[in-house]
Amino acid sequence: MLKRLIYSREGVLSIIVLTMFFGVGVISPDFISLSNSVSIFNDTSILIMLALGQMLVILTRCIDLSVAANVAFTGMFVAMVNQYFPELHMALLIFLSLFIGALLGAINGLFVWLLKVPSIVITLGTMSIYRGATFLLSDGAWVNSHQMSESFIGLPRYEILSMPVLGWMAVVTIVLFFWAMKFSVWGRNFYSAGGNPMAAFYSGVNVGKVQFYAFLVSGTLSGLCGYLWVSRFAVAYVDVANGFELQVIAACVIGGVSIVGGLGTVVGCVIGALFIGVVNNALPIIGVSPFWQMAISGLVIIIAVIANASSGKDKARIILRNPNANDEIRAN
Amino acid sequence: MNSAIFSLKKVSKVFPGVKALDGVDLHLYPGQVTALIGENGAGKSTLVKTMTGIYQPDGGEIIFNGKPVQFHSPHDSHALGITAIHQETVLFDDLTVAENIFLGNYPMKKGLMTKRFSIDWSAMEAKSQEILSSINAHMSPNQILRELSIGQKHMVGIARALSVDAKVVILDEPTAALSHHEIHELYELVNTLRDQGKAILFITHKFDEIFTLADRYTVFRDGCYVGEGFIKDTNEALLVEMMVARSIEATYPKKDVEIGETLLEVSSLCHTTEFADISFSLKKGEILGVYGLVGSGRTEVMQALFGTTDHVTGSVKMNGKEVIIHSPKEAIDNGIVYVPEERQKQGIVLELPIYQNVSLPQMERLAKHGQIDQEGEMALARQYCERLQVKASCWDEKVMNLSGGNQQKVVIAKWLATNPKVIILDEPTKGIDIGSKAAVHEFMSELVDSGLAVIMVSSELPEILGMSDRILVMNEGLIVGELSRTDATPEKVVSLATGGSVTC
Amino acid sequence: MDTTIKKSATPDSMFTSKLQGLLRWESFLVLIVFLVCVMNSYLSPYFLDPWNLSDATFNFTEKALIALPMAMLIIAKEIDISVAAIISLSSTLMGLVAQMGAPVYAVAFVGVLAGAACGLFNGVLVTRFKIPSIVVTIGTMSLFRGISYILLGDQVVRDYPDGFEFFGQGYVYWVFSFELVLFAFFALVFYWLLHRTTFGRYTYAIGNNPTASYYSGIKVDKHRLILFTLVGVMSGVASILLTSRLGSTRPSIAMGWELSIITMVVLGGVSILGGSGTIAGVVLAVILMGLVTFGMGLLNIPGIVMTIIVGVMLITVVSLPVLITMYKTSLKRKEAKAL
Repeated sequence: MLKRLIYSREGVLSIIVLTMFFGVGVISPDFISLSNSVSIFNDTSILIMLALGQMLVILTRCIDLSVAANVAFTGMFVAMVNQYFPELHMALLIFLSLFIGALLGAINGLFVWLLKVPSIVITLGTMSIYRGATFLLSDGAWVNSHQMSESFIGLPRYEILSMPVLGWMAVVTIVLFFWAMKFSVWGRNFYSAGGNPMAAFYSGVNVGKVQFYAFLVSGTLSGLCGYLWVSRFAVAYVDVANGFELQVIAACVIGGVSIVGGLGTVVGCVIGALFIGVVNNALPIIGVSPFWQMAISGLVIIIAVIANASSGKDKARIILRNPNANDEIRAN
Repeated sequence: MNSAIFSLKKVSKVFPGVKALDGVDLHLYPGQVTALIGENGAGKSTLVKTMTGIYQPDGGEIIFNGKPVQFHSPHDSHALGITAIHQETVLFDDLTVAENIFLGNYPMKKGLMTKRFSIDWSAMEAKSQEILSSINAHMSPNQILRELSIGQKHMVGIARALSVDAKVVILDEPTAALSHHEIHELYELVNTLRDQGKAILFITHKFDEIFTLADRYTVFRDGCYVGEGFIKDTNEALLVEMMVARSIEATYPKKDVEIGETLLEVSSLCHTTEFADISFSLKKGEILGVYGLVGSGRTEVMQALFGTTDHVTGSVKMNGKEVIIHSPKEAIDNGIVYVPEERQKQGIVLELPIYQNVSLPQMERLAKHGQIDQEGEMALARQYCERLQVKASCWDEKVMNLSGGNQQKVVIAKWLATNPKVIILDEPTKGIDIGSKAAVHEFMSELVDSGLAVIMVSSELPEILGMSDRILVMNEGLIVGELSRTDATPEKVVSLATGGSVTC
Repeated sequence: MDTTIKKSATPDSMFTSKLQGLLRWESFLVLIVFLVCVMNSYLSPYFLDPWNLSDATFNFTEKALIALPMAMLIIAKEIDISVAAIISLSSTLMGLVAQMGAPVYAVAFVGVLAGAACGLFNGVLVTRFKIPSIVVTIGTMSLFRGISYILLGDQVVRDYPDGFEFFGQGYVYWVFSFELVLFAFFALVFYWLLHRTTFGRYTYAIGNNPTASYYSGIKVDKHRLILFTLVGVMSGVASILLTSRLGSTRPSIAMGWELSIITMVVLGGVSILGGSGTIAGVVLAVILMGLVTFGMGLLNIPGIVMTIIVGVMLITVVSLPVLITMYKTSLKRKEAKAL
């Protein structure tokens, strides 16, 4: 059992992340302190949440390129609401961000579900539209920290048990996802709909609807992250999170979510995101210029998919009963 | 006589341009096995899909337990206890055996608000183990499906059908991929289910199965209901007559062609997992039949000859000279061509016009400095498509608009245009109508007459017996027998193919 | 049952009516281009000025040069998201050799060579390891641009040899810039390649059915490899033009271009699922996007509004055919039921 755990994809990946983490710790002991670990996790929270949403989409053989634009739009929207109605309760604002995000996600989902058009084109389109709409909404103006209310900025920073609320939100998301993907029929449907859509249909799973849910969840999380992003950096502008969608997809791919659908775990996805988080935080500490960060994550994506491709190769159908031949297979 | 638990009355199903089911009737009785008989294209699989809610009928009614019902999705029929083991594997390669069995019907933990949100994995494993041992399937519920063999996957499919409290069990050609031994286990299983009072629909091609298992029969032809009755009141000849509306003696236009010198010599062709020690020779003017069950390795051997398989050892000689074939291109250059079983997937580019499909393997020969010679392409297509009598409105019609038989003719035309020496036909008449079938058979005779050699892979016994000069029988990746045309009888061939008495 | 029997058994006409061709997506694009021209010239008196029009071409020719091979790649069921990163890396390497004092042609050669190498690298990863190209190129996109960042950091290179500025700023004749002439030249080359050669035919065959193509003796992997390299080479060429036009190199050059290039291709009627599309469509889409951007510039509408319009067009392009087929099949079903 332990052996299986170590050889599993998540096992290998956690070992790599931990080695990196403690390796940097050897050079700079402060890095592995509890407070720094918490801060790395906190820094990575938004990436984790978005990657989990993206995982659902990729599981169902789709892709959501509009997440970053969704973050920008929703972020701008709630920031402006806060700017003009500073008295509005935070709970309402968070609900608003979830709602707007869900709405934008649902638009993607409806196109994919009802018209069965390729998600890459739809989300490429909505990505431009949402980003453009952000401009129309704000007229290109920024919402700066002094235009935001104190609670708007303070909420994600509020510490509970020495971790900011932002981090706790990621924890709650992870737990919810873990449980839903393992124990709810709703969650298992993502695996069946993406693994073999025809068979899923035969088993009574409405594949299109499952894809819609994936986009809905991805959109909802993007909406929440829109608020969190704007509040964390205390500024909202049109180019918020520009290009971040590719980092989100990268986190999924590193975490072993198969781009052809049906394969991927919550744990893998989180570790994939943490990998990027640890690299980002470690580079300055070990004295490597932050300019290396992009190349490293690119290289890691390539290595991860190559490793994936050679381990997950379709095994040939085994016809021979010859025991010698079978031994050869085991040896391979 | 008890009454039917599940009936279809005057059910129709229309696809654009085709009436797949035309007012058919079917009755299933508890504790009885009903065999559904009909040729390819008779509407059997459409019927199964209508019964399981995958398709919605356009007319007629479905009656379950005396009440008319409507299935809007597979879920609805599943909920009533109607389960099917489909012909193609409809399983999930990346999920465990247990989850494959219970998907769509997960066991849930009992308790507060957990009804939909708490899958009981341990109960699922335990129940799967129980079902698997009841059908003598040896595998762990935790295994990932990808790791299983085809036969084992089939057992998972059966276990899946048994996981619900089924009242109606539909088996769509369940024995096609099974070994002799596995088939007998399946028969026992069907008998057990019958004794439990389940209504069973058994769809098959094989008459021995019908007479060993079934209590009743229903015959379809071309989407229409032909008749039904008790098995004990009928015989094979009567059933065949109902099926095809012609006498049992199908004629195979086999010409006597003078057999020439040896053209192709294959010796000890081996692959690590799929086949071993394949040796045979092929002479000019000869039709070599290769018979074996689905999954016996026959297609794999042919694909190896065509160069699409890696890691193959052994030697292949053409005209006495050793040739090395690692890709289809090299095979084509050496005069070996392959008409694949999966026509639409491997044989043809549906979205391209006929003439472009025909010229595809020899574009480079037809081109001048890389530039396409469209006139030349057209001439080539015209010549070969006319020879094969492809029915189309024009030669730049897309292949997807042709019927299955005409698509197959385009594939054959494409290969003939390359002037091959050996043509391998893998299930050449699978899924095409009777008229085109005869045309393909006739054409095979013509081919060998013009000096080619033909290898024909088929799982249709009459076709093998009717067309071949010599028959190779394969089982589990090995050649288990070679019979001459005069020696071959249906019994000998089948017993060799199912691993029965090996007489050679 | 068999609908083909009803038609004449021996085909007389060799080709289906050319009339059908008029109803294609390309014709629709021509119409829109025309409408945009009319509208623009109505709205602004400066629109029809040849120099203004010529200036307007600069904002799309570089992207358009990559859109041509990208169209072929997408028709062959692959995609390359790393093109903008290739521009960046190629531009960086050109900058570095220029700093070392290399002459104009050496600099340009390095640009093309770098592009070819990057494209080849993508192609090798896709064909050798059988990884979906979208994943490979998401990875190499970070890798290529990442290498630029490693090499340059936040530096900007400005010292290029004399004469280098011709590529992006020079005119061949009257209002015809070098960029525009080069684009016209490559548009013809790619038209010939895709529609007139065996290479182009193989591209369609592979895009529609890779397995059947392989079974027909086409070297599918080699073909893909060449296509990826071709995209790389053209990205290198685009990089020369862009670098020359801007007169400077920085790692963040051409950020986000991959998506607008893919948008051009899809807008041109190339199916993102592979198998269909034409160079004419892509060229029209390029012109359309250029004209709309230009027109909006004349009207002082900010460029980002253009992204909304492009997004809407993109979604319309893929949704419209689906809606039409849905409508047609529902009609056919009614007919069939009436039988």
